[in-house]
Amino acid sequence: MMKIGNYTLRWQMVLTILVLTVLCLVWIYPFLWMISASLKTQSEIFSSGLNLIPQEPQWQNYQRAWVDAQFSRYMINTVLITIGTVVLTIISTSLAGYVLGRYTFIGRRPFMALLAGTIFIPAGYTIIPTVDLANKLGLLNSLWGVILVMAGTGNVIHILLFSAYFSSLPKELEEAAVLDGAGFLTVFFRVMLPLAGPVVATVTILKFLGAWNNFFVPLVFTFSRPDLRTLSVGMFAFVGENETDWSGMAAAATISLIPVIIIFFVMQRRFVEGIAGAVKQ
Amino acid sequence: MAALSSKNGSVPAALVHSRILSKLWQDRLIYLFLLPTVILFGLFTLYPMIASFLLSFQDWNGFSREATYVGLANYQEVIADPQFWLAFTNTIVFMVVTVPIRVTLALILALILNNPKLPFAGLFRTALFLPVVTTMAIIGVVMTFVFDPVGGPVNQVLLDTNLISAPINFLGRSSSALPTAMGIHVWKWFGVTLIYWLAALQTVPEELYEAARVDGANVFQTFRHITVPLLVPFGIIIVLITAIDTLRVFDLILTLTGGGPFLKTEVVEVYIYRWAFNSSIPRLGYASAAAVFFGLTTMFMAILQALGYGMVRRMRGTAS
Repeated sequence: MMKIGNYTLRWQMVLTILVLTVLCLVWIYPFLWMISASLKTQSEIFSSGLNLIPQEPQWQNYQRAWVDAQFSRYMINTVLITIGTVVLTIISTSLAGYVLGRYTFIGRRPFMALLAGTIFIPAGYTIIPTVDLANKLGLLNSLWGVILVMAGTGNVIHILLFSAYFSSLPKELEEAAVLDGAGFLTVFFRVMLPLAGPVVATVTILKFLGAWNNFFVPLVFTFSRPDLRTLSVGMFAFVGENETDWSGMAAAATISLIPVIIIFFVMQRRFVEGIAGAVKQ
Repeated sequence: MAALSSKNGSVPAALVHSRILSKLWQDRLIYLFLLPTVILFGLFTLYPMIASFLLSFQDWNGFSREATYVGLANYQEVIADPQFWLAFTNTIVFMVVTVPIRVTLALILALILNNPKLPFAGLFRTALFLPVVTTMAIIGVVMTFVFDPVGGPVNQVLLDTNLISAPINFLGRSSSALPTAMGIHVWKWFGVTLIYWLAALQTVPEELYEAARVDGANVFQTFRHITVPLLVPFGIIIVLITAIDTLRVFDLILTLTGGGPFLKTEVVEVYIYRWAFNSSIPRLGYASAAAVFFGLTTMFMAILQALGYGMVRRMRGTAS
């Protein structure tokens, strides 16, 4: 037996930890390789074999991706689109979830059924009329178009999350507020919404991931406006245009993934809870 | 008699009518709250669903003002196109191969990581979950380099360890491109399934395990008689969620192989994209017919899932 801290480890446990460590290193290897390649010279990527440490960090790779390949612009576009999508989604889903979860009104059941019927609609099914509609509304080739489409799709789960949460809050809450003279709007904005913090956080994270990582919608919305590309679309275009620039590509990929990875590490528990919620319900 | 009944019928009808109106007016703030969702959902989910269906009966290139009605011609052409069936088969093969691998491997790792005595369990979970949060389209591009026959690290490892004598063009050969894409897909989304299983395992009360231990049950007996029966309902849900997830591989395939080599790795969404957005004369009606076909497949899976949920509820009912 081996003793480390509070853990009494048998050899089986040591073996398990070893196997898991190797597995996890293999698992994150593509990221390590990407970061390493982003700091190497072009020839070093090919010649240094599996050595991940660059001889001398080549920061100009980042300069090339950020400035020449316009990833600074793509980053701004992605941030704007993500913020816009998340804000619109929180507003629309919390409002809808509140009335669906706490009130009975004419049309509630058909509305719920309509929402539920579209949960699994794939993007490929709706993309053609979406582009056509956006074109007619003058939203094609604009950031607003991308934001509105992303805020208008894939929200059913979020509405149901809000609705389930609001319906679980005790009736006395709004009765007390109504006795104090609060109206419908005050009850929602002053009493109910502040209590829904955890759901707001979960929906924010899920929608943030969806919007930041979306590819199909920004791809078809920015065909004729390269300056409106997001990071993922920019990356796709970059490979098409600079097929041989591996280190620049790696730097661009690192720039694109770092924000989402940082946010994941900061809010890890919420990410995991948000995803686990789909099974627990 | 006729006059009487019509009178009797009409008065309550009018009353009901005005009651409905007053109820609607009374609830006007409720409808105001629904308005943002109605607009966004209506414009960008509901309308495209209906429009896609209608468009599938038309011939339209997106430029001309008028679309012509062609009846079922698009469907006939889609069904007769071997490339559509290849894309459709690829989509299904993708699902049939990756879902069991993902669900089984994730269960094994969840069982290991769920051990409260395992040190660094949180760290391992984080590492396995990390690919999930990253952008698929960017991962797809990075992976074309990781699997590159010249200078890609995977080939370097295989060559250095003498497992192969010449580099393999993983993504450039039709025999290996789809399996490689599947492997990357499993790697990318594995963490989600792992989290599902961990959440499911957490619902198994610790006392049950302790009781089994007291009764002298070994690890496998405990797994067989306690863990498995309690996990079966979750397993059904996890398989179905994972399966529906797997129908959406557009980002991966487009960035990794673009559907190639020779359209051998094309999936239905890439097929739709190619006809609608990536050809010199777009065929939007034709692409829509393929989309409707694909949408129906997904709906079919979703109905299976709904039935699965029902089954789970009944199983939980009998278990408790």
